[in-house]
Amino acid sequence: MTSAVSVEQLSISFPSAKTRFTAVSDVTFSVEEGQTFGLIGPSGCGKTTVLRAIAGLNTGWTGLIDIFGAKLEPGRKITGDTRRNIQMVFQDPYSSLHPRHRIAHILGEPLKVHGAEGIDAAVGIALDRVGLSPALAGRYPHQLSGGQRQRVAIARALLLKPKLLLLDEPTSALDVTVQAEILNLLNDLKASHRMTFILVSHDAGVIGHMCDRGVLMSHGRIARALDRAALSELTEDAVEAAAWDETPGYRGN
Amino acid sequence: MTDALLTVEDLTISFPSDNGPVPVVKSISLTVAREIVAVVGESGSGKSLTGRAIMGLLPCRAHVRASRMLFEGIDLQTLGPAGWNGLRGSGMGLILQDPKFSLNPAHRVGRQVEEALLLHTKLSARERKQRALDMLARVGLPDPERVYASYPAALSGGMGQRVMIAAMLINRPMLIIADEPTSALDRGLQDQVLTLLRSLTEEFGMGLLLISHDLQQVSRYADRVIVMRQGEIVERLPASELAQAQTAYTRGLWAARPSFATYGTRLPVFEDSGRPS
Amino acid sequence: MSALTTLQISPARWLYLRLSRSPSLTTGAAIILIVLFMAIFAPWLAPYDPTLQETANRLMAPSQQHWLGTDAFGRDILSRLIYGARPTLLLVLFVVLLMAPVGITIGILAGYLGGFVERSLMRITDIVMSFPRLLLAFAFVAIMGPGLLNGALALALTSWPAYARQARAETAKLAKSDYLAAAEMVGIKGPRLLFGHVLPLVLPSAVIRLALDLSGIILAAAGLGFLGLGVRPPTAEWGSMVADGTQVIFDQWWIAATPGFAILITSFGFNLLADGLRDLMDPRND
Repeated sequence: MTSAVSVEQLSISFPSAKTRFTAVSDVTFSVEEGQTFGLIGPSGCGKTTVLRAIAGLNTGWTGLIDIFGAKLEPGRKITGDTRRNIQMVFQDPYSSLHPRHRIAHILGEPLKVHGAEGIDAAVGIALDRVGLSPALAGRYPHQLSGGQRQRVAIARALLLKPKLLLLDEPTSALDVTVQAEILNLLNDLKASHRMTFILVSHDAGVIGHMCDRGVLMSHGRIARALDRAALSELTEDAVEAAAWDETPGYRGN
Repeated sequence: MTDALLTVEDLTISFPSDNGPVPVVKSISLTVAREIVAVVGESGSGKSLTGRAIMGLLPCRAHVRASRMLFEGIDLQTLGPAGWNGLRGSGMGLILQDPKFSLNPAHRVGRQVEEALLLHTKLSARERKQRALDMLARVGLPDPERVYASYPAALSGGMGQRVMIAAMLINRPMLIIADEPTSALDRGLQDQVLTLLRSLTEEFGMGLLLISHDLQQVSRYADRVIVMRQGEIVERLPASELAQAQTAYTRGLWAARPSFATYGTRLPVFEDSGRPS
Repeated sequence: MSALTTLQISPARWLYLRLSRSPSLTTGAAIILIVLFMAIFAPWLAPYDPTLQETANRLMAPSQQHWLGTDAFGRDILSRLIYGARPTLLLVLFVVLLMAPVGITIGILAGYLGGFVERSLMRITDIVMSFPRLLLAFAFVAIMGPGLLNGALALALTSWPAYARQARAETAKLAKSDYLAAAEMVGIKGPRLLFGHVLPLVLPSAVIRLALDLSGIILAAAGLGFLGLGVRPPTAEWGSMVADGTQVIFDQWWIAATPGFAILITSFGFNLLADGLRDLMDPRND
């Protein structure tokens, strides 16, 4: 098995009022091709920050990120083939779809930018792929349900045929029944498109259902590496306990 | 049940549209005594509207009709604005989904927790503060003095929700309606907050109407479960008997929750979920 | 409460409900439409040529022939009032076309690019903003010479910074949002991102601000005319008509009062319109 993603000694810090605030330090892991890798931890542990660095949305990091043999460079936006290979589904479908664009535009524009032909037909196919009727193309995001919106977001992420799909709590804003639909859809698409997933979640159930391997994060560091056996013992309390290891009860001062 | 706090019979809620009124809650009946009743359903099942109708919080274009809607012998359907103000905060309390939106960021926590005392009692400032500090400690917040003096922005999500619970319980209401009280929180925190709600409900002898979409989760904390779908009650049963649920819908809701054991399988979904597509 | 949002009503009915609930929007829009109608159809509406001088009929009181009387040159005031709507509205139109795009573009660029670009653009904005608006406009016209276009340029020159600031603040907030992160991930960048994605979200508040500003611009335009810095005589313009009327204000007060009233009503109309638009476009009403 080849390594699809390898992250070594990744540290990420943000400038704050007085000092630099270190959100993530010394994170190292690798993901094998075709696997679903989980980044698990309570809110504020830095798991989403790691994901956004891999996505190229936050370039202020140090260390090494290698994706399918292409090294990302800190301080630079990702371009070219690597950009197409890495796509992301955001946590909240309410805020990741542009409120004033119709679905046809949301899905058609990326294709247009990349010079594709026959965009209308391609939008129909993209909607069909995620189990939505092509008739929805004329609607605005606010005319769709939460689950439908997340399906549109997934369809958009798949447009450029990525090899790595980053999932930032893709179902935490959804009902359990809708969550079940979306998780099924993601697993089906992973098989049919031969993708690798990195899934961020605080939900031990979702992680246990989806992931082959993972890491438990706490306070910006990796607390524990998890294989399937370790995942079986992962409980919600264990995830939450990672938040209470050493923090006081307050954020800020 | 003879000692019911809340009795609702044949509650129907409809909204006007171009094609005449559309019923979204269809003739449902339920009672809540000093116990925890969970109302479970998908979005669009009418569960939140039911909770809001009981609190008298629906927009005025909503049309609410019931053959009986009694709380502690008071007919909620004939209650005027003054009557509602007296009832909310002292007789009934509502806990909402996200503390970020229910706590005012410009006011200190202490003031918001005390507000119900200020409105409904004649306690002095010192007594109010003492009651607020007691309540903050009671909901498991470390260092209540410090929480009392801080602004909501300084609290994490779980702490914010505990503050909300403290603010709701300070006047010892008889009935709490909690509408998805934990869905903005991490899984682990959700369990902590629900455990807290359960123990406080028992300690204060209150009734709790717990509205949620997650059957597996709430059933661990509820005495009885009411399953709603598309405005109707599909099934009602004691939480302990959920494993033997009669309807396919309830069983599906139960199995929809992913876990380590469901790895590599497809989760059950409802093909005819009835949501508009 | 998704059950509430799934109940659809038709767009026509929605518009009717909104209008009936917002009398200020309806009144404001009606006033502006009437003024606009007057300006467009002036040649058909006006009973006389606005520049026709009848020295025999100077300073006449309102009568059957001249409904609003005549001015010092014997010109029909009603006709001048109707024709006067043209330069006033034209000036407003020029100002809007010049100032809003400039301000919004600068604001979006500053807010999205950040860093050095933002600092320099916003300092320029601050400098322009620190000048007294009318004074700078007067100085500009004094140098460039009076005229409709110069007047519009002068007013636009001093009023874009407010738009830049507002657009910058909103863009900076959006720059952290998932909408733009998602767009960036699929390769949308540059002008397409700024004008296709950022602009539609920044535009509503700019439009409201614009409508609020319009009444001020009407007053400023009239001020320029009053001081003889707007359109040249003998073209009818409300501000200069007021100025002409002031010379005889104690004997023939209506000569100054009628164009003054027109300015007041138009300014009032724009204010009402802005107020109604704010209610209508407030995202909380969606």
